[in-house]
Amino acid sequence: MNIHEYQAKAILRQFNVKVPRGKEAYSVEKAVWVADDLGGPPWIVKAQIHAGGRGKGGGVKVANSIDEVRQHARSILGMQLVTHQTGPEGKEVKKIFVEEGIDIARELYLGMTIDRQSSLIVMMASPEGGVEIEKVAAEKPEAIHKEFIDPTIGFLPFQARNLGFKLGLNKKQLREASIFMSGLYRVFVEKDCSLAEINPLVVTKSDEIIALDAKLNFDDNSIFRHKEIDELRDFDEVDPKEVQAARYDLSYIKLDGNIACMVNGAGLAMATMDIIKLHGAEPANFLDVGGGASVEQVKAAFRILVSDENVQAILVNIFGGIMRCDVVAKGIVEATQEVQPKVPLIVRLEGTNAEMGKDILNSSGLNIIPASGMEDAASKVVKEASK
Amino acid sequence: MSILVDANTRVICQGFTGDSGTFHSKRCIEYGTRMLGGVTPGKGGTLHLDLPVFDTVEEAVRKTQAEASMIFVPPPFAADAIIEAAAAGIKIIVTITEGIPVLDMIKVKRYLNGRECRLIGPNCPGIITPGECKIGIMPGDIHKPGSVGVISRSGTLTYEAVKQLTELDIGQSTCIGLGGDPVNGTSFVDALELFNEDSKTGAVVMIGEIGGSAEEEAAEYIKKEFNKPVAAFICGMTAPKGKRMGHAGAIISGGKGTAEEKVEALEAAGVAVAKSPAEIGSTLASVCR
Repeated sequence: MNIHEYQAKAILRQFNVKVPRGKEAYSVEKAVWVADDLGGPPWIVKAQIHAGGRGKGGGVKVANSIDEVRQHARSILGMQLVTHQTGPEGKEVKKIFVEEGIDIARELYLGMTIDRQSSLIVMMASPEGGVEIEKVAAEKPEAIHKEFIDPTIGFLPFQARNLGFKLGLNKKQLREASIFMSGLYRVFVEKDCSLAEINPLVVTKSDEIIALDAKLNFDDNSIFRHKEIDELRDFDEVDPKEVQAARYDLSYIKLDGNIACMVNGAGLAMATMDIIKLHGAEPANFLDVGGGASVEQVKAAFRILVSDENVQAILVNIFGGIMRCDVVAKGIVEATQEVQPKVPLIVRLEGTNAEMGKDILNSSGLNIIPASGMEDAASKVVKEASK
Repeated sequence: MSILVDANTRVICQGFTGDSGTFHSKRCIEYGTRMLGGVTPGKGGTLHLDLPVFDTVEEAVRKTQAEASMIFVPPPFAADAIIEAAAAGIKIIVTITEGIPVLDMIKVKRYLNGRECRLIGPNCPGIITPGECKIGIMPGDIHKPGSVGVISRSGTLTYEAVKQLTELDIGQSTCIGLGGDPVNGTSFVDALELFNEDSKTGAVVMIGEIGGSAEEEAAEYIKKEFNKPVAAFICGMTAPKGKRMGHAGAIISGGKGTAEEKVEALEAAGVAVAKSPAEIGSTLASVCR
């Protein structure tokens, strides 16, 4: 799960991680009021969307007067901000964040994530701040310094020193950086983060260490023990179909193609998308109905699939293990009767009670095209979609 | 021969009396797995599916000499259940539970480090030695005893692969699901090492997916040490970057973990990679000729 920069900074502040003073605003008037309250100039006006690269897209601006705050707030609020992470259509900005300006001496990078290979937490620091870290990793991997942290032991002072010296910090900065890093580590473990990224991490002219930007992602599997994080969810940032899917415990991701698919299991769902592509067409979505889908879930899945206007055919690919194919078939029949999709429906059922499932579909009198095996299913659905 | 489990493996179930535990224990018993009982704290002393229920894993191990456990305990309590199994001396811990917090799994791995036990999963279908022992949720009847080892990060896609093998009359020695989480117990390399030692396994099918670098590490190992033919399939060619594709571990982040990179690494190690998920069985058949 993702949150906004202003929300991330509020969390950091609770853990004594230094961030600039600032406040979010939903209107030009509020932005002006916030700036006035903070005192200045300068101020920074920042678009709040869940995507990186906001500065380059014109979503971050410096204001040297209250008038400029007003101007920037007006131009950023409501804009379609396009960055390398939003896609070409961009994202509408509904909130901005107004912060005090900082005297920057150096821009560094600090990030934390899970290292899958070692099954440990890794803290990464680099003197190359302010740019995309993927780029640094690709072009200058020696500029990224890593410390691996065992959460049963915790983040140790020597690890902070290791990173601090490699960043070339002086004594006062090193002390500040240690406090900063320990705080960030505590945020990471206490809030169950999957990613914590401070880019840039700034050294000020008065030797302070401060988070100019902040990005926190949380482990979806841990949200059950963090109600306070769940409440930060911004539904404007998620495709409404994905929200609807989540309500029924379905895993759905919208894509740009015209062939909808409903599959049980994430691996098989990805493989189904792949085989559609191999047949020269594009999948309209990823949809995993999970291991033991009910009739209600199948119905909900169908409603989501047909609400995508690009869809020209639907492929259901079920390999029943825990899931019984007769239950899926019943769900498909009920969903078809209720939702009445106007596009061809191809169904492939395999595994537990597959024959019973096929009988239910055949005797339903509905126009359902049966398929046997993935190859057959893919070629049929692609043919139907191109009719 | 086979790896890790066979007809003699003594098995218990943690989360035995819950819906999933009951349903799947029953099917494992029907398959012929030597199920000896289960654990549900507070229900010790009762019978369930005609088998004894224990309050603790320690007691279950003492009274049944169980060596393997199948875990269906819900995510908030699953890490505790895994560590309880390890502490009680269980050697093979098969964790089916999906949705365990990743930081919990990191702690579990630190605990297991240096202990003589193997964790399979979490978020996996389990492990099966066809005709002998099934510990997990896979449909037993699609399998057939034989000499091909199957290793996979996926559930239903594994069933798809196994079914293709069985239809080609190619049996399996052991099929092992590694699970779809970023931090898990058994890796491709671990499973390959076991299959390398197993005289009954003549070839291996590997099913990977986007995210992480476990397939690349496997490719590295195959190139250096593995002496049996390998066929593979990697799903997620069409997956967009930065989106979690159902599994917590299936995400392309920072441009790393793409299907293309994995296919390239495996092919460079001499692995025959199926282009289509419909060709997993036939690809394996082609390398065994």
